[in-house]
Amino acid sequence: MAPVKIKQPSLSLIESYKKMLLIRRFEEKAGQLYGMGKIGGFCHLYIGQEAVVVGVTATRIPGDQTITSYRDHGHMLACGMNPKGVMAELTGKRTGYSKGKGGSMHMFSKPENFFGGHGIVGAQVPIGAGLAFANKYRKTNNVSFTYFGDGAANQGQIYETFNMASLWKLPVVFIIENNQYAMGTSISRASSTPKLYSRGEAFNIPGELADGMDVLEVFKAAKRATSHCRKGKGPYILELNTYRYKGHSMSDPAKYRTREEVQNMKDEKDPIENLQKILLRQGESEENLIEIDQEIKAIVSEAAQFSLESSEPDISELYDDIYIKNDG
Amino acid sequence: MVDEEILMPALSPTMEEGGLAKWLIKPGDFVKAGDIIAEIETDKAIMEFEATSDCKIKSLLVEEGATQIKVNTPIIALEIENSQKLSASMKTAKITSEPKRVETKGPTKKTEIKKPSSKKEEVMTVRESIRDAITEEMRIDESVFLIGEEVGEYQGAYKVSQGLLEEFGMGRVIDTPITEHGFTGLAAGAAFAGLRPIVEFMTFNFSMQAMDQIINTCAKTLYMSGGQMNCPIVLRGPNGAASQVAAQHSQDFAPWFSSVPGLKVVQPFSASDAKGLLKTAIRDPNPVIFLENEMLYNDPLASSNVDEELVPFGKARILRQGSDVTLISYGIGVKHALQATILAEEKGISIELIDLRSLRPLDYASIFSSVKKTNRCITIEECFPVCSIGNHLSASIMENIFDYLDAPVINCTGKDVPMPYAKNLETAALITVDEILTAIKKVLNHS
Repeated sequence: MAPVKIKQPSLSLIESYKKMLLIRRFEEKAGQLYGMGKIGGFCHLYIGQEAVVVGVTATRIPGDQTITSYRDHGHMLACGMNPKGVMAELTGKRTGYSKGKGGSMHMFSKPENFFGGHGIVGAQVPIGAGLAFANKYRKTNNVSFTYFGDGAANQGQIYETFNMASLWKLPVVFIIENNQYAMGTSISRASSTPKLYSRGEAFNIPGELADGMDVLEVFKAAKRATSHCRKGKGPYILELNTYRYKGHSMSDPAKYRTREEVQNMKDEKDPIENLQKILLRQGESEENLIEIDQEIKAIVSEAAQFSLESSEPDISELYDDIYIKNDG
Repeated sequence: MVDEEILMPALSPTMEEGGLAKWLIKPGDFVKAGDIIAEIETDKAIMEFEATSDCKIKSLLVEEGATQIKVNTPIIALEIENSQKLSASMKTAKITSEPKRVETKGPTKKTEIKKPSSKKEEVMTVRESIRDAITEEMRIDESVFLIGEEVGEYQGAYKVSQGLLEEFGMGRVIDTPITEHGFTGLAAGAAFAGLRPIVEFMTFNFSMQAMDQIINTCAKTLYMSGGQMNCPIVLRGPNGAASQVAAQHSQDFAPWFSSVPGLKVVQPFSASDAKGLLKTAIRDPNPVIFLENEMLYNDPLASSNVDEELVPFGKARILRQGSDVTLISYGIGVKHALQATILAEEKGISIELIDLRSLRPLDYASIFSSVKKTNRCITIEECFPVCSIGNHLSASIMENIFDYLDAPVINCTGKDVPMPYAKNLETAALITVDEILTAIKKVLNHS
């Protein structure tokens, strides 16, 4: 196959700002709806980590796949999935991406190449390598963006996957979203080494650490990673230091870290506020940013409204979608 | 001078006979311990056979190329000085170390694999029929690939994938590291991306390592995605007891997998069903657990004519029509059931024998209509007794056609113990034909 000329990815700061803000507002709304009892079960919010998925996804080209864990709302919005469908799934409605059968942790979109949404810590990682395997099998130029957290980084199947991905030179970017806490266990209490990006050394996988609170830094690192993968050099590990403002899930005792720690991160490192400052410095008008904020609030309100007004799945659907009919 | 002999060795737990692929010595040769004296072909592989002590070859007792030589048949006569008398271990000629493989690049002339043919009259082993099913489907559909441990260069740990690497190359016959959890998840990802992986577990005992990916990923994603994300994957390999490989390598997992919505589960007995069901499995857009049995790979009872028909899932095969008792079985259980049927028929008992073939979906209609006719039912399988397929069938029969029963349903299963190693204990732990005959007597005499 002749080498495909890939357009160099570029990052629009204003677009990134919009996407990050959409995720933030969406998650805030999801938190509200959870408090109102409209969302059930587990609900893991992405607030604070927005720069990670927005920066990485800016390097995505058509055909690239994205897969992540259960903290997945941000990834879906970044991949272009409709906030209405995501919110409707959170509220367990038939108009949700999984027709109300998946919930917060299990959503997928074939058209947007989003492969979930996985509830078992670390299980999405070999699957992500399998997506990359399919890219290689079909000789495409696509990359699989496989996200996992600092908690999942200690699962055995990650290393089984590292080995195969490197052995077979699979085009997969492993993105470790290090938000410092695996549920309530800090990285220093769970990991023998703080350098998660170096966990691929034994498998000859290059890794690097970048500031996951800075969308531009994330983007630059992701560009290096994807370019490595698209050149057929095999996998790449990107550790992005980030921070989740909210609890692990909605029921979190918050005893494992201090309020000051959380407040400091919000004051010093907030990815959206910092980008806002940059935009203003670059001459973006305050009015425009306010307008953007209002537009996004409207999108999110509309999504919430849609999700609340949608009906629950019909009870007759209980037995649907267990098997798919043979298409052959 | 005293004559001694070297006997045909057993080179695998299940080997009962083998072929003499090649002599590497001739009469009159002096052989040192560790010298390779012959290449022996089993149904799994061609292996080197070493001398275990120094000796002089007097004569070769079987010809090169001979096949079906029973284990412990004398194959070499030795000339030995009294002072150099062979140790006892040499007499039985058991090799002391792991046999070394000599074959890595496809079959030799003698093991030339039969190309898949459309000849209907040809009797095939289960092993050949599985290989043919894979070969044919890989020829038809480029998205089908085989992945697992030793499926390529080694030609399959049980020789099932023999010749596939040669035909399809490394891109589609993929040797993996020993990493079941990882490669099962990887194959699931490839399936979500639209490929059709056939995952070989060297045995299903090792699938336990991959259980999370099988149950939580393969089985559930279609439902969790509201019908968007199907997983067209086949997970196959030998399941159940082999021979004296003990507890960790001898278990029938059929009931485990069959309890999970989202999976399809089949366990064929005959070569014909193995091929037809596997082809159906590969074409199925859902995850399919395809349970084989090492003891059936080469079993003459399971060997059969193989036609080109696809075998549908959820359709039992009525192997024998009868009126007194219904025997329901699947996989290797069918072999025991068949043997019991023949003995029962000699006593004038009319047996209806059903081979379920497919465990999920299950052919309730055939089961109920048979039991309505015979009014007595015995289930036969090798798994543990608690939560067996038979337990489920008993419950279903009781719930649906209770009034037709003239006797309680009896479940014949393996015993409620981890598989022991010792031959006699192993035999006692497995299901026996006698137990089936006793059960037949019991349901017939129930009043």
